[in-house]
Amino acid sequence: MQVTMTVNGEEISREIEGRLLLVHFLRDHLALTGTHWGCDTSNCGTCVVQMDGEPVKSCTVLAAMAGGHDITTVEGLEQGGELDAVQRGFMECHGLQCGFCTPGMLMTSRALLDGNPAPSEPQIREALSGQICRCTGYATIVRSVQWAAAEESGSRTTASQGESAGAPEPPAPDAPASEPAAASAGGAS
Amino acid sequence: MQVPAPFEYQRVSSVGEAVGLLDSLGDTARLVAGGHSLIPMMKLRLANFEYLIDINELHGELGYVVTEPGRMRIGAMTRHRELLESAELAAAFPVFGDAESVIADPAVRNRGTLGGSLCQADPSEDLSAVCTTLDASCVIRGREGERVVSMEDFHRGPYETAVGDAEMLTEVRFPIRPNGSSAFEKVERRAGDWAVVSAGAAVWLDGDGAVADARVGLAAVGPNTAGIPGIGEELRGKAPTEELFARAGDLAAEACDPVTDRRGSAEYKRHLAKELTVRALRRSVARIGASGAGTPGAVQGTGGEGA
Amino acid sequence: MTLSTDATATAPDVVTSFEDNDKKPCGHGRMLRKEDPRFVRGKGRYVDDVQLPGMLHLAILRAPMAHARIVSVDTSLADAHPKVKLVVTGAMLADQGLAWMPTLSNDVQAVLATDKVRFQGQEVAFVVAEDRYAARDALELIDVDYEPLDPVVDVRTALAADAPVIRDDLEGKRDNHCFDWETGDAEATDAVFARADVVVSEDIVYPRVHPAPMETCGSVADFDPVDGRLTLWSTTQAPHAHRTLYAMVAGLPEHKIRVISPDIGGGFGNKVPIYPGYVCSVVGSLLTGKPVKWMEDRTENLVSTGFARDYVMRGEIAATSEGKILAIRTHVLADHGAFNGTAAPVKYPAGFFGVFTGSYDIEAAHCKMTAVHTNKAPGGVAYACSFRITEAVYLVERLVDCLAYELSADPVELRTRNFIQPDQFPYTTKTGWVYDSGDYEPTMQLAQRLADYDELRAEQAEKRARGELMGIGVAFFTEAVGAGPRKDMDILGLGMADGCELRVHPTGKAVVRLSVQSQGQGHETTFAQIVAQELGIPPQDIDVVHGDTDQTPFGLGTYGSRSTPVSGAAAALVARKVRDKARLIASGMLEVSVTDVEWAKGSFHVTGDPTAAVTIQDIAMRAHGAGDLPEGIEGGLEAQICYNPENLTYPHGAYICVVDIDPGTAQVKVRRFVAVDDCGTRINPMIIEGQVHGGLTDGVGMALMEMISFDEEGNCLSGSLMDYLIPTALEVPDWETGFTVTPSPHHPIGAKGVGESATVGSPPAVVNAVVDALKPYGVRHADMPLTPSRVWEAMRGSATPPI
Repeated sequence: MQVTMTVNGEEISREIEGRLLLVHFLRDHLALTGTHWGCDTSNCGTCVVQMDGEPVKSCTVLAAMAGGHDITTVEGLEQGGELDAVQRGFMECHGLQCGFCTPGMLMTSRALLDGNPAPSEPQIREALSGQICRCTGYATIVRSVQWAAAEESGSRTTASQGESAGAPEPPAPDAPASEPAAASAGGAS
Repeated sequence: MQVPAPFEYQRVSSVGEAVGLLDSLGDTARLVAGGHSLIPMMKLRLANFEYLIDINELHGELGYVVTEPGRMRIGAMTRHRELLESAELAAAFPVFGDAESVIADPAVRNRGTLGGSLCQADPSEDLSAVCTTLDASCVIRGREGERVVSMEDFHRGPYETAVGDAEMLTEVRFPIRPNGSSAFEKVERRAGDWAVVSAGAAVWLDGDGAVADARVGLAAVGPNTAGIPGIGEELRGKAPTEELFARAGDLAAEACDPVTDRRGSAEYKRHLAKELTVRALRRSVARIGASGAGTPGAVQGTGGEGA
Repeated sequence: MTLSTDATATAPDVVTSFEDNDKKPCGHGRMLRKEDPRFVRGKGRYVDDVQLPGMLHLAILRAPMAHARIVSVDTSLADAHPKVKLVVTGAMLADQGLAWMPTLSNDVQAVLATDKVRFQGQEVAFVVAEDRYAARDALELIDVDYEPLDPVVDVRTALAADAPVIRDDLEGKRDNHCFDWETGDAEATDAVFARADVVVSEDIVYPRVHPAPMETCGSVADFDPVDGRLTLWSTTQAPHAHRTLYAMVAGLPEHKIRVISPDIGGGFGNKVPIYPGYVCSVVGSLLTGKPVKWMEDRTENLVSTGFARDYVMRGEIAATSEGKILAIRTHVLADHGAFNGTAAPVKYPAGFFGVFTGSYDIEAAHCKMTAVHTNKAPGGVAYACSFRITEAVYLVERLVDCLAYELSADPVELRTRNFIQPDQFPYTTKTGWVYDSGDYEPTMQLAQRLADYDELRAEQAEKRARGELMGIGVAFFTEAVGAGPRKDMDILGLGMADGCELRVHPTGKAVVRLSVQSQGQGHETTFAQIVAQELGIPPQDIDVVHGDTDQTPFGLGTYGSRSTPVSGAAAALVARKVRDKARLIASGMLEVSVTDVEWAKGSFHVTGDPTAAVTIQDIAMRAHGAGDLPEGIEGGLEAQICYNPENLTYPHGAYICVVDIDPGTAQVKVRRFVAVDDCGTRINPMIIEGQVHGGLTDGVGMALMEMISFDEEGNCLSGSLMDYLIPTALEVPDWETGFTVTPSPHHPIGAKGVGESATVGSPPAVVNAVVDALKPYGVRHADMPLTPSRVWEAMRGSATPPI
């Protein structure tokens, strides 16, 4: 069958099998391998893309069902050579390690901020709760989304204490690195 | 990744078209809405169909929450996220918001539908418990027209419903009665997991603050979500006290029939049936209080005063 | 000095002021990762992203039951499928002598079953087809006739006289015994136990769990029949070791095999073994002459690949009535599954379980272990376990808490009283391990301070009086990581040393080639920082190459937290070799004797005259440029090394977990978690923190929800992520971390491994917290996973072991 959809702003038309999953359409037919898959049962969320702006699990959407819809993948986040704020946030706050769940996390984070520019920590955790990260323990992902929110609201660089109530906790800087000999005595200071 | 066996994909744009297609294809065809129960089962090859009929274009026709005098109607294609975000529904039946916030996860809720959840007829499914709690009835459309069945009749066993081969669920209706509220409680091993046990409760008070009626619906403690009529009988006419809730909890524990599995032992689930029944009833009554308990004008189903 | 990134200790309304990441340290320090720009763009290149012209797809038919004789296999319908290119059975492999392959523990494992299937999910046949959908379809067309056999499922009955023999493939094998292992001094330990005031015994089960990295295992094999060259992209944590084994098994010359481990979507030990699927893809490519891709699905990953733990332990601890721990002994029954597929140094069949004496100075210790076969998947050493230290730490930290329970002692005080003291290092344990360095008390004190321990205890007392269940769990661990000294440690005869090569280009940019391989740990950043620290070349100017046997020196790969202790040392030392040569060239450039030049990071100058200096970049150009070099010096600026560690490194840490339990539903909520780690010198604190966070999440997962379980027939009940539960963002708190620094005396930069510390240390902290919360119910121990149902049963005194 023929399917036509918009992917990252471009209209795409392909001949496919009715059973083809959207994730395989993106990866195998369009070579958009940024969208990953990690399970068979729509539990892991590594395959999340945006369908008409909403996060969906592309392993559980048939490519045919996406016909006529607007799909955005991680490859569509960067605009005009400029990374999206969530992409920068994940880099700045160490929101990724192996990078496998990252595209799905980014797409959900982007959709979250589009609907709620200043989400609370519980709201961020809730939004990401259908997606598993095995590396980060989530705290740095939460910080990454907070970083992006602050960046987009213009408060990140100018913010000072108490200006935006309810804004997230800062990840305080780690101790400056020092030579082992110097640091060994200072560990508990 | 696992992939489904081959099938023909068809997309329909009206209920009539869907029913016509089902009629001609018989049991070789299956409707797919959100697909978040069906497609994983097809990927694991636990379910195979020759035809899959995509009804997502019916969202315009069947995606709605409408309040009418004495009842609320929700279209079968209304998505979980819409149910969660509907202020109208939250005001009328808080049990919906409670349940929807713990069903699967946000991405799944963007696709999954009310009709899909009910038609999957999974004994652990939370919305089925909600609908049982609220004494819902299901509108089923076939070539000959519509018929309406109660929740008790809708679910015929695990994964089995009253919807025939050439029929589809189009709407779920909820009676609105005055001076009531509702709540939902769920214990799960982890966010997004199916319920170990979940319980919905709805309570209506009379002018004196006594229980006019009460309903409880449980999931994951038997072959289908269970409404427990004995609870209404026990509670009616009595003041809503902790002792009364405890008696209702005992009735729930007695009435249910859980099995031991990886989510928990039968004994624990029976305990939860009681505990969650008590909590849901308690919260329901507290919510009536919060929204003007005993106020003659307070109506569950309209969000309060006189609406 | 800031000691923690403690988020909750500050006021909740403090606004975001994110760190300045523009410091760009030329060496150690917080630095953003060099690999991230590709990952956030979706430009990572994982195995399943490899697309080659003409590539075919492979799918594996697996055993539907745990134990059965294969009567017949009929592939005729599958062969006839129009898109199928090849169907291979065990019998066909046997004809080529390829039906069996060695495991990493000197056992053998079937590539495809020939005689029997020995666990549900075992490989029986494979199909190669034009696309992945057709390959999957064709599996349904293979008809296998099985004669079911009684399975061995319960490890406790595996050695019963009437138990069915699983490994009848082994000559003369008449039982399910795998191996026995013993450490410590039984007699001395028994003597200490006999005179101890207090002896506490507890049966402790560490259930079977699974690393379940988000990317499953897979490979793309591309055999070129013309020059006989095999290129294998595979999800491996040890590309060099795998290459050598392929050469030994398949008979292909090693120099004709190239193993590429591209970006890997998490490993956690799951990607250390060689799986039958990799071999199948190689066979598929050999037979079809085309590239063949195999990617397992999640079910295959969970039911057939390397699990972790599965230890049934009887632990005993002896002490004085004042709380001085005297001795620890344990008997362990280890479930190794159908084949012994443990990936551990050969002399250590139980991994490094021997460190079960923990962080305590005791008089005697003894362990007796019996390992058995069952009809379950092989594996055992995975999931960031540090070669079974996870089990060891869990055992000792639970036992110490059981002792605290019996003595009514505070768990922090009891631990602190028994710590090995700083002046005792290097400390030789009663099981023969030489702890390199440690200073435990400050670490514990910092954790107490960050957690506000005394305040927590006061809160708990108030809550208990009101009938609320709050628990505070303490765990302290010492790990042994960085395998290892080649005199003691090898895998299948391959010594566990690591090579490293460094080349400084004429313009002063550099490339460093590692034998280890990243699965998310950030090697491209950390190793650039290690070299930068030694040479003063900015990390941005240093390319880190890893994960490709054609491009890197030999080494045993990344697992057991060994990259920084072993390969990190190699990188530092190879940089120092380059620096030594640079010094000679600098002396020529500065026209002074070698003894008159001094190093300041990035340049040499004449002693006493910092203005007379040449930078490392100047030296690099001179090394490659025109003009004379000092007598006897070759051109170029490069070096290589193979680093053989003198000892393991022994990081430690103190963890405190706070839980609340709903008394009505028995649901556990982890409210807070404080982790103070000491991994010696810290190269990139951001990456270290990330490693710790991930491990803490593992701990919450194992303690509360993760388990691979089986029914009585041996069917795996945890074959999907619907059934094998992994924590989401909602089950874990915002981690509170801190650190102390006790450098390793033998590591060139004082660093110790940290990748698995939190996975090792956190499970006992969570379990101890839950058990502490349940103290009013008289609970002294409860086994993982502490699901609501299991907690409720513990509260009622009817807990059962998770076997």
